[in-house]
Amino acid sequence: MTHDDDTSTENTATESGEDTQTTEGRAPSRRSLLGWGGAGLAIGAVAAGGTAAALRTAGDTQPAGSDATAGSAIAFHGRHQAGIASAVQDRLHFAAFDVTTDDRDELIALLKEWTKAAARMTAGDAVGDGAVGGLAEAPPDDTGEALGLPPSRLTLTFGIGPTLFEKDGKDRFGIKARRPEALIELPQFPGDNLDKARSGGDLCVQACADDPQVAVHAIRNLARIGFGKVAIRWSQLGFGKTSSTTPDAQTPRNMFGFKDGTHNLAGTDTAALDKHVWVADGDAKGKESWMAGGSYLVARRIRMHIETWDRTSLQEQEDIFGRNKGEGAPVGKKNERDTPHLKSMLPTAHVRLAHPDSNGGVRILRRGYSFTDGTDGLGRLDAGLFFLAYQRDVRQGFVPLQKRLAANDALNEYIQHVGSALFAVPPGVRNADDWWGRALFA
Amino acid sequence: MRALRPAAVAAIAAATAVTAVSGCAAKNDGKGSGDKGTVEVTATDTSCELSAKEFPAGHVRFAVQNKGSKVTEVYVYAPGDRIVTERENIGPGTRAEITAEVKAGSYEIACKPGMKGDGIRQKVTASGKGAGAKRDPKLDAAVAAYRKYVQEQADQTLPAAQKFADAVKDGDVATAKKTYALSRVGWERTEPVAESFGDIDPKVDVRADGLEKGQKWTGWHKLEKSLWEEKKISGDDKKLSDQLITDLKDWQKRVGKAEITPTSMANGAKELLDEVATGKVTGEEERYSHTDLLDFHANVEGAEKAYALLKPVVAKNDAALAKELDKQFKVIGELLDEHRDSGSADGFAAYDTVSKSERKKLSDGVNALAEPLSKLAAAVATAK
Repeated sequence: MTHDDDTSTENTATESGEDTQTTEGRAPSRRSLLGWGGAGLAIGAVAAGGTAAALRTAGDTQPAGSDATAGSAIAFHGRHQAGIASAVQDRLHFAAFDVTTDDRDELIALLKEWTKAAARMTAGDAVGDGAVGGLAEAPPDDTGEALGLPPSRLTLTFGIGPTLFEKDGKDRFGIKARRPEALIELPQFPGDNLDKARSGGDLCVQACADDPQVAVHAIRNLARIGFGKVAIRWSQLGFGKTSSTTPDAQTPRNMFGFKDGTHNLAGTDTAALDKHVWVADGDAKGKESWMAGGSYLVARRIRMHIETWDRTSLQEQEDIFGRNKGEGAPVGKKNERDTPHLKSMLPTAHVRLAHPDSNGGVRILRRGYSFTDGTDGLGRLDAGLFFLAYQRDVRQGFVPLQKRLAANDALNEYIQHVGSALFAVPPGVRNADDWWGRALFA
Repeated sequence: MRALRPAAVAAIAAATAVTAVSGCAAKNDGKGSGDKGTVEVTATDTSCELSAKEFPAGHVRFAVQNKGSKVTEVYVYAPGDRIVTERENIGPGTRAEITAEVKAGSYEIACKPGMKGDGIRQKVTASGKGAGAKRDPKLDAAVAAYRKYVQEQADQTLPAAQKFADAVKDGDVATAKKTYALSRVGWERTEPVAESFGDIDPKVDVRADGLEKGQKWTGWHKLEKSLWEEKKISGDDKKLSDQLITDLKDWQKRVGKAEITPTSMANGAKELLDEVATGKVTGEEERYSHTDLLDFHANVEGAEKAYALLKPVVAKNDAALAKELDKQFKVIGELLDEHRDSGSADGFAAYDTVSKSERKKLSDGVNALAEPLSKLAAAVATAK
């Protein structure tokens, strides 16, 4: 499975005062946004374990509930993009796009238009001239299904896939030389059964919000603006966040019924975020400098064999995870957040394998979601984890971790990775004149 | 009605010319004083005189006298050449009466000696409140030209449909299959207008899933199913092929009365792409014959025609939109070209041979065109 354990980041961006501008008056203070809630959902194994405790530094955290319930707006502008370290919202609509134009100027114009629309939507405003009140003969600029709804902490996070730089050996937009080294082709992991139609993409947008209608509205409007320049390649809806970046909140459970990702990175833990999530100035030199302050996103659609899992004994389920099902306590411990004793777990236990202590201290920030896309035609629930993880460099983060898990994790009998994508997530949009990808195309 | 109408007149230009020619007309010959609300129309082989060129809106009676040597007909056209009313077969020396409810506005009355051509036209005005704002004559020209196109498509459909119907009646499955898709092109090119006749569409173009309970399935798709799925032609199918021709003749006759406005043309173009997006790109429309690509192509052609006619106005009001539409029409044309198959009866590959990823490309192309096309109506509506 995945690894999710624990890392979270957030857009703490704001902290930076750099940019200052928030578009939205109603935005709560960023600080409050960051609350860390439950920890990650596990599946993504990775990070898990241990760290968690460390992360919860107190102090700046706020109970997740406070901002979550308000339906408030999260500032769009900042040093880092929102939607990474931000306290994880309840719902997801993630979309991967193919760029269909080969005109660089047209692509740039689209990115500017998208950025503008994203700033408006995350502030709770309609796109363009709105959903009503325009010309009676013409379709409205905004599709309208979010009318009257609060901003719902909508974040829109933008990423760039390897194929935007180069496809079939071709430098499509004159940016091939600026492809970051960390934006690799992910290796084939044992057990992967990847569907090309659910993998890859030149661009992605992750929409997270507390209201699914708000998240769907955002992707729908961006897709509409993009017709003729980009086309949706695949998309995924998610519910029931499986990770949290707010350790003080209840750790959510995954579709297997387990708390996963207890030790995800806290969005308020700036030191850990700087170490594990944000691309540092020194990482991104020369032609890669546009990535400073950004991150790398791995997206994996992980199908869970729900029915066979449900027929598995409680003991075995707990052994597989390395935690008990009720409290989420590590093997031999009492409380969820007790420091795990890895050696008392089975060598194939998910938490043991995913724990930073088993991975050279490496952590990733997970913010995956559960998904259920109905049934699969065989009467089986088409459900699982849509794993999303942010990290400073996948070559130190997801790749070694997933290699370990794919080879050993007892959970593998119950899961299968069926979709996969990697994106470079640029730094935040600084102000109203800035736009997604500007530094790359400058 | 008569077969081709070569004449369907390029409206505007023709209208102007006609006025000049018949400039003579106009005066009533003294008889016009009769009933209030009655306009005397005196037709000869070379003229069309009216007792009044302005009359009150409302219930209007046109009393026609044919003083010429040819059979004539008289039409009342609203802007854009929409037929308000008409009367055919007025023999030499006879009288006929036409009545109509006429709203305030500008109209043209045409006498058509020999029942051919655009006729000899007179501009008239129905006065009263509610006379609509004048619209850009370029838009009236676009509507008239589009109406001509629509009529031509209907006219050209009849012989093609007849070939198909004849093959069905002969029990000739192979020929019927070859002529099936081709008989639909005119209809598909003008579908939004064709569909505006709510009674004809369900008779000729309904699919099995569109039937209401108790409704008998008639039209093209029933025959399509017999030919491809059942691979035989029943006695009932033969009757249905006659019915198809009857219904298409009804369409051909009435299409000139369709309400067409610049915005309905624009939205009609978009609707043609909607047809593609919901029915063709999925392969639902021609689920037995798999001739969806020809329908697809015809829908795009019809949309492009409407756009091309509106383009002079659009290019002025929203140059960027015109540029985008030019580009996207070209792109979709090229995408369709990739699926041409000179070996097939309709010139395109069977849609069941088009892969999922190729269908995705076509679908993306449709979205890329339809989205800017949905802005066409606004570009026309704001034109003053």
